[in-house]
Amino acid sequence: MVVVDDLHIVYKVYGAGGDRGTAATVLLRLLGRKTRGSIREVHAIRGMSFVAYRGDAVGIIGRNGSGKSTLLRAIAGLLPPEEGNVYTAGEASLLGVNAALLDDLTGERNVVLGCLAMGMSKQETSQKYPAIVDFSGVGEFIDLPMKTYSSGMGSRLRFAIAAAKSQDILLIDEALATGDAEFRVKSHNRISELRGQAGTVFLVAHNLEEVELTCNRVIWMERGKIVKQGEDVISIIDEYIAASGGAAVARDPVTRARIKTQTMDSATR
Amino acid sequence: MSDPKTPLRDREGGRRSTVGRLTAGLRAHGTGRLSSPGQLLLGEPGTVAPDADGVVLAEYALEHGLRPSAQRPSARDYLVQLWRRRHFMIAFATARNIAMYTEAKLGQLWQVLTPLLNVAVYWLIFGVILNISKGIPDFVSFLVVGIFVFNFTQRAFISTSRVVTDSLPLIRALQFPRAALPLAYVIIELQQMLISMVVLVAIILIRGEPVTWYWLLAIPALALQAVFNVGCGLLVARLGAQLNDFSQLLPFLLRTWMYMSGVLFSVLTLSRTAFGVAHHWVVVLLQINPAALYITLMRLALLQSERLSAPGAAPYNKALCDAWPGKTDASRYWSAHCAPALNPSHYWYYAAGWALLALVTGFFFFWHAETRYGRG
Repeated sequence: MVVVDDLHIVYKVYGAGGDRGTAATVLLRLLGRKTRGSIREVHAIRGMSFVAYRGDAVGIIGRNGSGKSTLLRAIAGLLPPEEGNVYTAGEASLLGVNAALLDDLTGERNVVLGCLAMGMSKQETSQKYPAIVDFSGVGEFIDLPMKTYSSGMGSRLRFAIAAAKSQDILLIDEALATGDAEFRVKSHNRISELRGQAGTVFLVAHNLEEVELTCNRVIWMERGKIVKQGEDVISIIDEYIAASGGAAVARDPVTRARIKTQTMDSATR
Repeated sequence: MSDPKTPLRDREGGRRSTVGRLTAGLRAHGTGRLSSPGQLLLGEPGTVAPDADGVVLAEYALEHGLRPSAQRPSARDYLVQLWRRRHFMIAFATARNIAMYTEAKLGQLWQVLTPLLNVAVYWLIFGVILNISKGIPDFVSFLVVGIFVFNFTQRAFISTSRVVTDSLPLIRALQFPRAALPLAYVIIELQQMLISMVVLVAIILIRGEPVTWYWLLAIPALALQAVFNVGCGLLVARLGAQLNDFSQLLPFLLRTWMYMSGVLFSVLTLSRTAFGVAHHWVVVLLQINPAALYITLMRLALLQSERLSAPGAAPYNKALCDAWPGKTDASRYWSAHCAPALNPSHYWYYAAGWALLALVTGFFFFWHAETRYGRG
């Protein structure tokens, strides 16, 4: 369960003004006339409140820069709120370990490093190691440095590591399921599996069909605020598509499921 | 209902029943309100919820046993969390150490070459060109130990001052006690130091240093220094994270510290009267500063010539005091045999004291800002 109570997240950006280097501004700052002149605050989340329950799969949609990823990070406890708070039961974890991995190292070492970084014990790591390597399909390349991998291979291994741990509250940022068609199916199944194990799932996605299929709630964000949210996922998504100037989705009048004609994704992305 | 700018009261009247799920949950005095469980809320800062039967969100959350996700754990829990991450820290340190030299053609050989080249540079400048051996029996060994030991602390300081900035992606992606990062960085430096120690031992063996049981004292000396570095690393990591200009300033502070810590000269042989009786605290400060202590302990452990000439180590000091040529200011380096500033047998206490002080201060200082790292 997750309670978000009037959450505000502010990023502080240093040197955003571009006037840091000049002697005059430094002098002014030293004289105290223009204190911290080059710090700009970016108000990424501006007062969001909602409650998500156990068993909920919440889709978060919105344009680029609307604060979706920031919201996920705040739920994971990675960004301290400026105001308000996020309350969670159990550990919330982002699905993603890319940051912990080092491209110069072999895939093998990266698997171990990634697992340990996610908080697994040593035994757990060695237990899951074969499954991860197997899932990634990297095969004999596992003992080569990751920088020698093709981009598909690399992202497959990254996904395999990230998806190895089940979480109480699962936070999924978009574009995880990359790679060829076969791997996309595999990773989709793995995510569904993780969702089954997790109490609450948050999914940030530009692929709206994905949200429609898997989420029972949706939050539409714009500039750090909730525009609309609720359980009527399909209407909200349709409204969002209309608002962003996309072509209306063809739907079956009774089931409201999408009518598959040609490339659905290109119309909704 | 779709327009977020619609005044709250408009929504409350009538519409609410039709839209059911969308309850206006709103904040009164900074806390959101929840009309009834099971509903998502819309937040509208600056508006007051007219909802009388609403539950304050924060209370609701706490009632159901939820915890703030970005809450700082208690110091004890923090230590437990850190302990659980020990394998990660070691794996992370080893991985980074290996990755450091993968670009170079000579690869891991640089782990050994870097300290060797360091020594060569200092030996050339201070041993050959400036020739400042100042009566130190084996200046090359003396210099090598000093440089390697100080280098450990120096590198630990510099790398930990950047740790939060360097690891921003990691901090923003994964939840773990942030102190694991400076700790891992000090482990990296410790691993490098251990390789340097092998080089060091090889050099002093070539210089004809006898292998004795005293060498074992190098282990506790290094351990104390490592603990000191961890403590300072935590301290410096927070300073580096919160004061943007700190990492620019640090190299200058460290260089000053190096020249004051007897890397290139012997602070040990400075007497109470070396700078005149009125300034005897200068000598005490020089000798009691942690870098000088760890260097001195390592020298005493590894170098026989240092052990034999150490002031206060009877009966040698008596003889050396008597041999103090002319007892003039020019030869102040050996005056300590007559009037040592500190009792050398207390060095271990000072060294342990510094290590403990640094560790405790550093830990609490770093822990205190735990939730603020990665925000910038």
